Amino acid sequence: MSDIGKMVAQRLGLGLLTLFVVSLIIFLGVELLPGDIAQEILGQAATEETVAAFRRELGLNLPPHERYIAWLVNLLQGDFGKSLANKREISELLDVRLWNTLFLAAVAAVISVPLALTLGILAALYRNSIFDRAVNIMTLSSISFPEFFVAYILILFLAVNLGVFPSISNISEELSFGERVYRCILPALTLTLVVVAHMMRMTRAAIINLLASPYIEMARLKGLKPGRIIVKHALPNALAPIINVVAINLAYLVVGVVIVEVVFVYPGLGQLLVDSVSKRDIPVVQACSLVFAMTYILLNLLADVLSILSNPRLLHPR
Amino acid sequence: MKKIDEMKKLVLAGRLSRRDFVAAAAAFGVSAVTATSMLSGPAMAAPKKGGKMRVGLGHGSTTDSLDPATFENLYSQVLGSALRNNLMEIDSNGKLVPELAESYTVSDDARVWNFKLRQGVEFHNGKSLDAGDVIASINHHRGKDSKSAAKKLLEPITEMKADGKSNVVISLKNGNADFPFIVSDYHVAIMPAKDGAVDWKSGTGTGAFSLGSYEPGVRASLKRNPNFYKAGQGHFDEAELITIADVAARTNALTTGEIDAMDRVDLKTAHLLKRRKGINIVETSGTQHYTFTMRCDTPPFDNNDVRLALKYAINREAILKTVLKGHGVLGNDHPIGRSNIYHAGSLPQRSYDVDKAKFHLKKAGMSNLKVDLSAADAAFAGAVDAAVLYKEHAAPAGININVVREPNDGYWSAVWMKKPWCAVYWGGRPTEDWMFSTAYSADAAWNDSFWKHDRFNELLLKARSELDENARRKMYVEMQTIVANEGGVLVPMFANYVMGLSDKVKHNEMAANWSMDGFKCLERWWFG
Amino acid sequence: MTMAVAGSAFAGQSSPWVSRIAVAAVHFFVIVLFLGSVQTNTWAAILGFLAIHAYSVAVLVYWSRMARSAAGDTVIVALTVEYLLICVLFWELFSLWAWSTFFGLVLVQICAFAMVRYWRELRHAPPTAWFGMVVILIYVMIAATAPIIAPFGETEIVASEYEPWGGKFLMGTDNLGRDTLTRIIYGARNTVGFAFVTTVLAFVLGGFAGLLAATLRGWVDQALGRLVDILMAIPSLIFALLILTVVGTSIMSLVVVIAVLDSTRVFRLARAVAMNVVVLEFVEAANLRGEGLWWIIRREILPNVMPPLVAEFGLRFCFVFLFISALSFLGLGIQPPTADWGSMVRDNATLISFAAGDFQLALTPLVPAAAIALLTVGVNFVVDWFLHKASGLKE
Repeated sequence: MSDIGKMVAQRLGLGLLTLFVVSLIIFLGVELLPGDIAQEILGQAATEETVAAFRRELGLNLPPHERYIAWLVNLLQGDFGKSLANKREISELLDVRLWNTLFLAAVAAVISVPLALTLGILAALYRNSIFDRAVNIMTLSSISFPEFFVAYILILFLAVNLGVFPSISNISEELSFGERVYRCILPALTLTLVVVAHMMRMTRAAIINLLASPYIEMARLKGLKPGRIIVKHALPNALAPIINVVAINLAYLVVGVVIVEVVFVYPGLGQLLVDSVSKRDIPVVQACSLVFAMTYILLNLLADVLSILSNPRLLHPR
Repeated sequence: MKKIDEMKKLVLAGRLSRRDFVAAAAAFGVSAVTATSMLSGPAMAAPKKGGKMRVGLGHGSTTDSLDPATFENLYSQVLGSALRNNLMEIDSNGKLVPELAESYTVSDDARVWNFKLRQGVEFHNGKSLDAGDVIASINHHRGKDSKSAAKKLLEPITEMKADGKSNVVISLKNGNADFPFIVSDYHVAIMPAKDGAVDWKSGTGTGAFSLGSYEPGVRASLKRNPNFYKAGQGHFDEAELITIADVAARTNALTTGEIDAMDRVDLKTAHLLKRRKGINIVETSGTQHYTFTMRCDTPPFDNNDVRLALKYAINREAILKTVLKGHGVLGNDHPIGRSNIYHAGSLPQRSYDVDKAKFHLKKAGMSNLKVDLSAADAAFAGAVDAAVLYKEHAAPAGININVVREPNDGYWSAVWMKKPWCAVYWGGRPTEDWMFSTAYSADAAWNDSFWKHDRFNELLLKARSELDENARRKMYVEMQTIVANEGGVLVPMFANYVMGLSDKVKHNEMAANWSMDGFKCLERWWFG
Repeated sequence: MTMAVAGSAFAGQSSPWVSRIAVAAVHFFVIVLFLGSVQTNTWAAILGFLAIHAYSVAVLVYWSRMARSAAGDTVIVALTVEYLLICVLFWELFSLWAWSTFFGLVLVQICAFAMVRYWRELRHAPPTAWFGMVVILIYVMIAATAPIIAPFGETEIVASEYEPWGGKFLMGTDNLGRDTLTRIIYGARNTVGFAFVTTVLAFVLGGFAGLLAATLRGWVDQALGRLVDILMAIPSLIFALLILTVVGTSIMSLVVVIAVLDSTRVFRLARAVAMNVVVLEFVEAANLRGEGLWWIIRREILPNVMPPLVAEFGLRFCFVFLFISALSFLGLGIQPPTADWGSMVRDNATLISFAAGDFQLALTPLVPAAAIALLTVGVNFVVDWFLHKASGLKE
């Protein structure tokens, strides 16, 4: 176990380095975009004088490296700073939004991960059968439709025609837990349709990949039932790649849901990030990117740790 | 009756006042009550109080703030108009009426304006409105450190002083007969002041609603202001403004009853939405117009014949029909809409004419022309489509338009007023002077066609301080003619504001100056 | 001159009579074809003339090295002749679009070669794999000959907007009055071509870097790994948004940006799989024999990491479509008026909400979406078959 501890510590250290570089890249990227916050907020109404006044007020007339260092120093003291656009504390902003995003991701994960694994195992078990083909065609079609289109179709059937779910997930803090889940169902279903194919196919492929190995052959010759062979013998060895794909998709549920947020009017981090990029609100962009990067790094680490626990050989790659 | 219908149209277009209409209708034997109701249809029933109004708007960003100096989208404008009021307002008939001011007087040279404030008006926090609040609210946009979009507008003010608690005297550098219009601008909202500085962060104002909670880019919830001073306005108990950027989501929310009203109906499907039970489509035609603006300081657009050739090479009817699906009015290459008082209706409509385009091109010494046209949907919805259509129209005249789709992001800072020819959106202005001095006078900050015309600029100054109606009309018509024939702006169309309302929502005649009943939907509408 | 080269290559081999006929037919056709277009564009005609001969030489040289059978020759010749017959039937169209005709011909022959070469395996392919291959072939043919089979021009406005289905416009017209069928056909060329180029680029970049990292280990592995970690930690949509706004959304920058973003995923996969391969005995043996790095990667590692990479290719290929349509949701993506399926779905997506009111109108966004779905299913069926074969399962 101490080996795992060492690996975790090392990876966390590298993670911090990654975060630093990410913040640098994002900062430079936003700096390179045409226009700054003064011009973007004033838009068509900008004049040279007002833009200059705006910049003075926000300290944008300082050179970029000074602003970056000031931001970094504040961050190291635990202060994300304030939004340039409306002076709100970014930590407050993140607090609500991150919680919303995680909530939606959790609802989607609770539906999609068990569904994908079950379908994947069943498809491997009944490979090349009608069931296998049907599941494959269905999941593949669902990922070929762009997210917003899947969302529109779900809304058409479940909200407009049947009226079971609300068409927008207008959530606010005073709602009860049950009500929140109810309002999240449609976006969560959309996300499920988007991620389930990848996980299901990987599960199926990872299991089938093992079915030709000698020990499975042995189990089969011993007369074990196919279902038992797959669940007891093949699955544990196929776990590592499956866990990796699940982790990637979980990260997507947190990081990549901008479009679902827009379509369902869900106040999550993605929307915040896109709005802030388009208005060049650098501190907010920085904060959101760091949160996303952190999510990705932690999920990756978690996936690796779980893979190692499922297959200790991986700890000592030759 | 046909005659009456015609007149009704005139009223809706702002060319005939309501009073004149009622008088004229009486001549046809129609009673005044009937005539009034004819104008606004079934919605004339007495307003009822109560209910929670939920409005879904296509704008709003997490970077919005409550500072009116930086208001830039419909969401802030509607929210601001529900929370705060101005000295003057434009009523639903397009007429300028006092709001927080009770009346005003003006010196003969249209230079010194004295506004008398309404008595007994209170802010949401209980503070009484006084002259200090007005002065501070206007000063918020002035001075060296102002980042306000209204700074340019209020620059002519040389001095403001309080004359007692309820009079404000404003002196201008030069006479401006339209000054009361300027203080009706949504930026110049009146906020409570303390020690000469206004408090915009709390959203406190004198408006029909007070702010409950506000999450920029998501929603704002509002409560009725029990002390609202306007009689017969502000009917809803509660209101919620929700940002729904995606048009399909907005439409679905309206259909499923998640919201009661929405702006910017998808024009492609407006006819289908209209057929749905319980939904009304309402549109108003005002000053909002779209342009293809050429920089007159850049070849080949420095040649007026090239500009004229391009103006003749566009099929406006086709673009209006395809891009706006008919929800608009043809433009005539000047920015003055039919609802403006001095609209030059006598000016012949410019139409698609390949021969004339060729003629002007030849006069400019060219047999063919290749130009880039920059467009993005950030300029206006359908700008890229309009440009693509234009390309097809212009080809027979030997004009090859290369449509460049610019990124939406950063359009106003990187493309507008930078690229030689680009698509532009203008909300329009309520007065001719305001529009022309914003974007057409030689020294205007947003003279996006970089156009300098001596006669035009001379007329602009003269008309501004002229108080005689007829003399003004003559000058403004001449200016519109000059812009249409020599300006750098191609105005293919004026776009309607198209809104979707649940049939529970009732309203009087809808103001055409801005979308959502002149931003004042929350104050003016009610549930039937 | 080129004729002579082609002739000598031809004469040097004792080809069966069928191949002579095929080559003669191709030359006859191409000569006539390019004579037809000489009037309009002389240089294009000459270049095309040279190209077809260079191509003939390549075909003959390759053919001579292959193990041939009379049956195989017959298949190739039959398909070639069939294609030429179609060309003759639609003579005017084909002479108008000489280049498309040429690529169509090349494709037909490549497919015929591939079929003959891999006939033994193809014969045992399951029906789903056949289905997938037929779908891909049809898409590719449509893409290659788009200007010929499309009834109108790509950006041509031919009627008023939203004409109903049937009659002159088989699938109606779109929001600007362009023929939908035409847009779909051109969309095949733009979208599939674009996605293919992007995915290949991503795999070349990511796959090569991944194999290199796994083989060399040490600091190369560390450096590449950290770089990829950083790229992956930035949300891809935001990353694309930043870069595309700065450099502009030309086709070129879209390809590169999406390929780079995708290559990070490929890198991780390739590296992970190759890690397991490099420690095996035969790689060590090759190392000890003193084989070069490039040789080891190409001959020992690559064949053993292909199956998972191919599986990934199938999905990545489809994710490119989705990524483009997601970008067009944010106003980036492929520039209009270029026809592309993702943007076609986006432009008309709102119509789907009114399926009850006007079903035909609601089909407008469904058609391009279905086109993407069909291709996705097709590609992945072929990939599945390949995986199944590679896993060694005999069922």
